[in-house]
Amino acid sequence: MEHYTMNLTLKVWKQKNANTAGSFETYQVKDISSEMSFLEMFDVLNEQLIREGKEPIAFDHDCREGICGMCSMYINGRPHGPWHGTTTCQLHMRAFKDGDTIVVEPWRANAFPVVKDLVVDRTSFDRIIQAGGYISANTGSAVDGNAIPIDKNKADKAFAAAACIGCGACVAACKNSSAMLFVSAKVSHLALLPQGEVERKSRVLNMVSQMDKEGFGSCTFTQACEAVCPKEISVSNISRLNGEYIIAGLTSENS
Amino acid sequence: MFDSKIRAGKLEEKWVDYKGHCKLVNPANKRKLEIIIVGTGLAGASAAAALAEQGYKVKAFCFQDSPRRAHSIAAQGGINAAKNYQNDGDSVFRLFYDTIKGGDYRAREANVHRLAEVSANIIDQCVAQGVPFAREYGGLLNNRSFGGTQVKRTFYAAGQTGQQLLIGAYQAMERQVALGNVTMYNRHEMLEVVLIDGKARGIIARDLVSGKLERHFGHAVLLCTGGYGNVFYLSTNAMGSNVTAAWKAHRKGALFANPCFTQIHPTCIPVTGDHQSKLTLMSESLRNDGRIWVPKKQNDTRKANDIPEEERDYFLERRYPAFGNLVPRDVASRAAKERCDAGYGVGTTKQAVYLDFRYNLINKYGRAEASKKGIHNPDEATLVAFGKEVVKEEYGNLFDMYEKITGENPYEVPMRIYPAVHYTMGGLWVDYELMTNVPGLYSLGEANFSDHGANRLGASALMQGLADGYFVIPYTIGNYLADEIATKPIPTSHEAFEAAERNVSDRISTLMNIRGKQTVESFHKRLGKIMWEKCGMARNAQGLQEAVKEIQALKKEFWNDVRIPGDINEMNPELDKAGRVADFIELGELMCIDAMERNESCGGHFREEYQTPDGEALRQDDQYMYVAAWEMKGEHQWQLHKEELKYEVIKPTQRNYK
Repeated sequence: MEHYTMNLTLKVWKQKNANTAGSFETYQVKDISSEMSFLEMFDVLNEQLIREGKEPIAFDHDCREGICGMCSMYINGRPHGPWHGTTTCQLHMRAFKDGDTIVVEPWRANAFPVVKDLVVDRTSFDRIIQAGGYISANTGSAVDGNAIPIDKNKADKAFAAAACIGCGACVAACKNSSAMLFVSAKVSHLALLPQGEVERKSRVLNMVSQMDKEGFGSCTFTQACEAVCPKEISVSNISRLNGEYIIAGLTSENS
Repeated sequence: MFDSKIRAGKLEEKWVDYKGHCKLVNPANKRKLEIIIVGTGLAGASAAAALAEQGYKVKAFCFQDSPRRAHSIAAQGGINAAKNYQNDGDSVFRLFYDTIKGGDYRAREANVHRLAEVSANIIDQCVAQGVPFAREYGGLLNNRSFGGTQVKRTFYAAGQTGQQLLIGAYQAMERQVALGNVTMYNRHEMLEVVLIDGKARGIIARDLVSGKLERHFGHAVLLCTGGYGNVFYLSTNAMGSNVTAAWKAHRKGALFANPCFTQIHPTCIPVTGDHQSKLTLMSESLRNDGRIWVPKKQNDTRKANDIPEEERDYFLERRYPAFGNLVPRDVASRAAKERCDAGYGVGTTKQAVYLDFRYNLINKYGRAEASKKGIHNPDEATLVAFGKEVVKEEYGNLFDMYEKITGENPYEVPMRIYPAVHYTMGGLWVDYELMTNVPGLYSLGEANFSDHGANRLGASALMQGLADGYFVIPYTIGNYLADEIATKPIPTSHEAFEAAERNVSDRISTLMNIRGKQTVESFHKRLGKIMWEKCGMARNAQGLQEAVKEIQALKKEFWNDVRIPGDINEMNPELDKAGRVADFIELGELMCIDAMERNESCGGHFREEYQTPDGEALRQDDQYMYVAAWEMKGEHQWQLHKEELKYEVIKPTQRNYK
C-alpha cells in the first residue's frame, strides 16, 4: 500500500459545556500521514492548538481498537465516518485525500446531551441496562457450564447480538434518534439463551419502557442504524424485539 | 516483612480451610457497611456485583463515561479454567503448575493454587449470566490452546472474550445499581486515599465533568484499577489506563511489588511512525493456527508470498519443538527480537516478523471442511475458500482490525507483527486476602502483583480478575469487616478528609500554574522512550542507571515547563492526563531501580548480563527467590522489603519449552 501525506481543513463542533450554545470552528492540519488513525490526526491537531495557546478539542476515546465503544464522532454526516463496520478510532486517514474538508460533530440526540465539544452523555444506555438488561444470577449459584447444551446456531446469534459496544452510533444515525438497535441487541442476546428464559418477558417490557422514558424516538425501520453500526448488528434483532414485545405484552402475568 | 497471611497446612486445603474459618458478617450488618471500589473492569465490576449481592453498600468509580468501557473489554483470546472438558489431562494441579512455571517461579504457590481452584466456578458463573462462549455443534463449550500449556483449557467468544466477560460483570453490577445496592460514579477519577487511624476510610475523587473534588467514605477501599503499561507511552493499553490510583496508595504507604515485571506481548501490529498513539494486539490465540517465521536470508526484500517454503525459518518451531509457536509470551517476544536484531526482520522498518495462517487454513480447516462435504480431491483454491470460512468464524474480528490498521488483507498475505508492552505483573503488594499492607485497602486484578510471578500466561488475566472479584474478595473482606460492624460511617467533614482534599487541590493548582511550554503528551512520549529503550524487553545495569538519572531530570523539567490549557473547574482532559503522566514518571524511576536491584533474568525481566549460552533467561534462585516490595520513603527514595517465596510443592527448575 502506498503511503502519502495530506493537508486538510477541519470544521469541528465546539461547545464549552451543556449550558452554552456551540458552533463550528475551522482548523487547518498539515502533513497528515495516510497511516495515521483518525484520532491520531486529532492528537496532532490538539498538540498544535496547545502549543499555540489555544483550547484543544475535547473528544471521547479510550481503547483505540474498536471495542470499548467510547469514541463517537459524527464525520461528514455519518457516525464514525465513511468506512463500513468501523469505529472512529479504527478509521484511518487513507480514507481521505489531500485538500479534503472534513466536518466533525458530536452525536446528536435528546437522550445524549452534549457535555463538551464532541463529548456526549450516554448514561441513558446504562439506565436501559439497569431496567432489565441482565440475567439475575447471583454469584456462586450457577450450575456446571455444560449442564445446559445450547444449539450452536442460537449461541452464535446471541454472540452476534452481544457484540454491541454501546457506542450509540445507531441513535446518532437515526432520524428519530431511536435506540431500538441497541435495545434489541441486548434483548436478543439474552432471549436467545436458555439462561435468559425466566426473565424474558419482563426484560423486554421494562427495557422498552425505560428507552421511552429516556427520550429516545420511535423506530420507523429505515435501517440507518444497521448501516452505520461499527459491529454490524443486524436489524433482524429489531424484528425479534418486536415479536418478543408483542408476546410479552399479551401474555405477561405482570402486565 | 509484612505478613502474607498464608495458612499452614497442605496446599490444596489452604483455601478450603480459610473459607471454613474466616470471620463472617451477618446480612443485617452488611447493610451497614460501605465499600468503595475504584475501577470497573473485570475485577472491579465483578467485586461490585458480588459484594452488593451479599448486601454491602457499594460505591463504584470509573473514569470512563460508562463502566462498560473499562479496558478488560479489549481482551481478545480467552479465559483459562481447569474444567478438563476436553479429556486431555487437565486438572487444578496442572493449571496451578503451568501458571507457576509460566511465571518463572516468582509467584506464591498458595495464591496460584486458589486461582486454579476457583477457575472452574468462573466459567459456570459466566454461562449463567449469559456470556455467549463458543460452542461445539453438540451445544457444549469449546476450548482452544494458549501459550505455555499442552492442554486445551481456554474458553473464548471469538476474539472478544474480554468484552463478553466484562459485559456479563457490568450487567450483574447494573442490576445491583437498579436495586440500590451499588451507586455508580462515571467520569470520576480517584486522586487520594484517606487514612484515619492507619486504616483506609475513603477517597478523594474528582468529577471529570465539573472538575469538582468529592469526598467519599468507605469502611474499606478496593483498588481495581488495572496495570501501568502506559508508563511506556506505547502499549496495548487503552489511552486512559493509568497507575494513578495505585500510585496514590503507594505514596500513602502501600508497598509496590515487583514493578519491573512487565509483559511484552509477541504479537502486536508494528509501529508505523512518530504519530503512533497506541499499539494493537493480535491475540495470542492466533498462534494456535498462525506460524511465525522470518526469511532464512538476511535483509530479504522479497514479498512474503514470493519466499518459498524451504527459505523460511520457523524460528519458534526450530528452537522450541515441544511447544513450537505456543511458547510463553516472554520467550516468543525475545526470540522475535533476536531475529530482528540479527537482521532477519521484515517490512519497511525491519522490526517485524511474519504470522502466517496459510498452512493451517489449507491443511487443518480447509481439509476438514472439504472432508465434511464429501469432497475427496479438493484443489488448493477450494481448500483456501473453505479454510477462510472457518478462520473468519474463529478470528474474523482480529483479521478485520488488522486490515483496517495496515491496509493489508491477512487472509492473503501473512500478518507482520512485533512485540509490544501489554501487561504488568507487578503492582500493589497484597497478602493472601488481597489486602495491601494498609488495613482496609485492597487491590484486585492486574492492579495487584499476586498471581503471575515474572510472566503471565495467556488467558490468565481474565481468570485472575474474575477470581479476585467473584470468588476471593467476598470471603476475605468479611474477615476484616467483621471487626468493623461497630464503626459508624465517618462524616467526610473529618479533618483527614479535609487534609486529603487540600492535598489534591494544591497539587492540581500547582500543575495548572506551571504554565510552561511543553505539552503533557511530549513528556509522556519522552518517558516512554527512556523506559522502552532502557527498561524494556532487555535491560542492563548501565542502561538502568542512566535511565534513573534521565527520569529524575525529566521529572524536574515536567514540573517546571509543562503546559496545561483550560481551567480547573471544567472538563479538562489535558489536566487529567497531566496528573497521570506525573505519576508515571515517578513509577518509571521505581521500575528502573527494581530492575537494577534484581540481578537475574526471570520471565519478562531480562537482564542481558544473566542469560544461558543459548539466550534463555537465567534465574539466580539462591539470591532472588523473593517478591521485591518497595516502600516509599520520600522523593526518589524507596526501601526494599523482601518476601521470601517458599516452594513446598513445586521444585523450581530452568524453564524448558524445548
